[in-house]
Amino acid sequence: MAPDLTYKRSRNVPEQVIGGVLFLCAAASTLVTLGVVAVLLRETIAFFGEVTVVEFVTGTRWEPMFQEKHFGVLPLLAGSVQVAACAAVIALPVGLLTAIFLSEYAGPRVQGILKPLLEILAGIPTVVYGYFALTFVTPLLRTVFPSTDVFNAASASVVVGIMIIPTVASLSEDALRAVPQALREGAYGLGATKLEVSTRVVVPAALSGIIASFILAISRAIGETMAVVIAAGNLPNLTLNPLESIQTMTAYIVQASLGDTPQGTIVYRTLFAVGMTLFLITLAMNILSQWVLARFREEYQ
Amino acid sequence: MSTTYDIAIGSEGPALEVRDLSVFYGETKAVDSVSLSVPERGVVALIGPSGCGKTTLLRCFNRMNDLIKAARVDGAVEFGGVDLYDASVDPVEVRRRIGMVFQKPNPFPKSIYDNVAFGPRINGFQGDLDALVEESLRQAALWDEVSDRLGDSAYALSGGQQQRLCIARTLAVKPQIVLMDEPASALDPIATQRIEELIYELKKQYTIVIVTHNMQQAARISDYTAFLYMGKLIEYGPTDAIFTNPREERTEAYVTGRFG
Repeated sequence: MAPDLTYKRSRNVPEQVIGGVLFLCAAASTLVTLGVVAVLLRETIAFFGEVTVVEFVTGTRWEPMFQEKHFGVLPLLAGSVQVAACAAVIALPVGLLTAIFLSEYAGPRVQGILKPLLEILAGIPTVVYGYFALTFVTPLLRTVFPSTDVFNAASASVVVGIMIIPTVASLSEDALRAVPQALREGAYGLGATKLEVSTRVVVPAALSGIIASFILAISRAIGETMAVVIAAGNLPNLTLNPLESIQTMTAYIVQASLGDTPQGTIVYRTLFAVGMTLFLITLAMNILSQWVLARFREEYQ
Repeated sequence: MSTTYDIAIGSEGPALEVRDLSVFYGETKAVDSVSLSVPERGVVALIGPSGCGKTTLLRCFNRMNDLIKAARVDGAVEFGGVDLYDASVDPVEVRRRIGMVFQKPNPFPKSIYDNVAFGPRINGFQGDLDALVEESLRQAALWDEVSDRLGDSAYALSGGQQQRLCIARTLAVKPQIVLMDEPASALDPIATQRIEELIYELKKQYTIVIVTHNMQQAARISDYTAFLYMGKLIEYGPTDAIFTNPREERTEAYVTGRFG
């Protein structure tokens, strides 16, 4: 008698159903992304029907709600870049040094205390950071620099910097840990001290992962909203002085969304143009970090 | 049980004098009361079945076991009259003088040149670094193969070349003793032969202690052989005697291939 090798309905139907369900789940997030991009694009294109790209990109005044409207995104862009840059100045060194400490120096007990603490730092709601900036950091700044505005970029930068330390620390630590022990032993065997092993072998070997963690953290700082809405003021102000009020792209989106902005008006459409700019910046940062990881990754043996 | 095997030591005295050395990993005793003398300018092979403690013993000779948190060392390893385990001894200083080559080639993800220059640089070398790199690569019989591409990544080299690069890297620090932990076990027979020839050349200038699984290799390259079994030193003596006329039955059983 020939063996029965035909498909069995009882096993095959569930197999196909499961496959379909899994596909739908995967498709859902993709479709949502595509939908968001499509809406952004449609309104952004409509916006650029009324405002030229040149004015948007090079204008130095952002006054969409005034009688005489100006649509230069530079003040908002400068605000976001300033906050992200100052936050990075705080978070990148502190985060990297924390990662080196955790991966190379700390014993299991210290790690057991420090790592959960970092996770708590990452888990604090950003609105709390905002009030922390306003009620603690700003008064501190004003005692040092009495001319500081009540709402200022510096105070927001400080808390955004603290906020992204865990991102830098934990991603960099992963990269440092991935460096094989054999490389450390090789360096110790040549008479290297712990500091030399860490800075001359382990960090260079993990550099691609460390840089990727930097880029992701900066990208988070650019996208951060709540803390800057609360602490940085909401004044589109093209300035390099961190003690003045500014407005970031994210904060403008909050401000405009909360006001009365009838659908279809130019103010309504600025939301999407600014949102698109923000989206393109963070997308570019993420692609950059992927590229850095792929391009400079060390294939350990 | 602790037996000291006397071996003929030249006028220069022993390079290393191991006295009653034991190593514990937590509760496990990996090396049990080993005493032996490593003579100056020669090759000592440590042989024995897997897990007999030979690598652990080797790593005691330059304080490499310090890097393993659970390891604890008892006894003494004297180097030039100083006990390496004395509280005043800095392991970093020890490792500058007693270098190590590992089982798997472990070049740094840097250029060939920077791999060799790493040790001299961290040790504050003042002088002609290019000349030192060339000299070290020549000593490791690698110069002719890499002289025109010193800036290439070390990872572009074959496994055998990488291992010779690691030897060159070790020699660049000018150690007095070179420890080798199965340096050819990850290599093919031709690369292995090159490493063996290299060891033969190096022993004219350096004291070498080598761990090997391969008894033919021990017989070919070493002057003295120590046979370890279950953490204990069973027998130690001139390689010829260990392989042709062992005193201990277990040694004979191992070298003739009856176990291990």
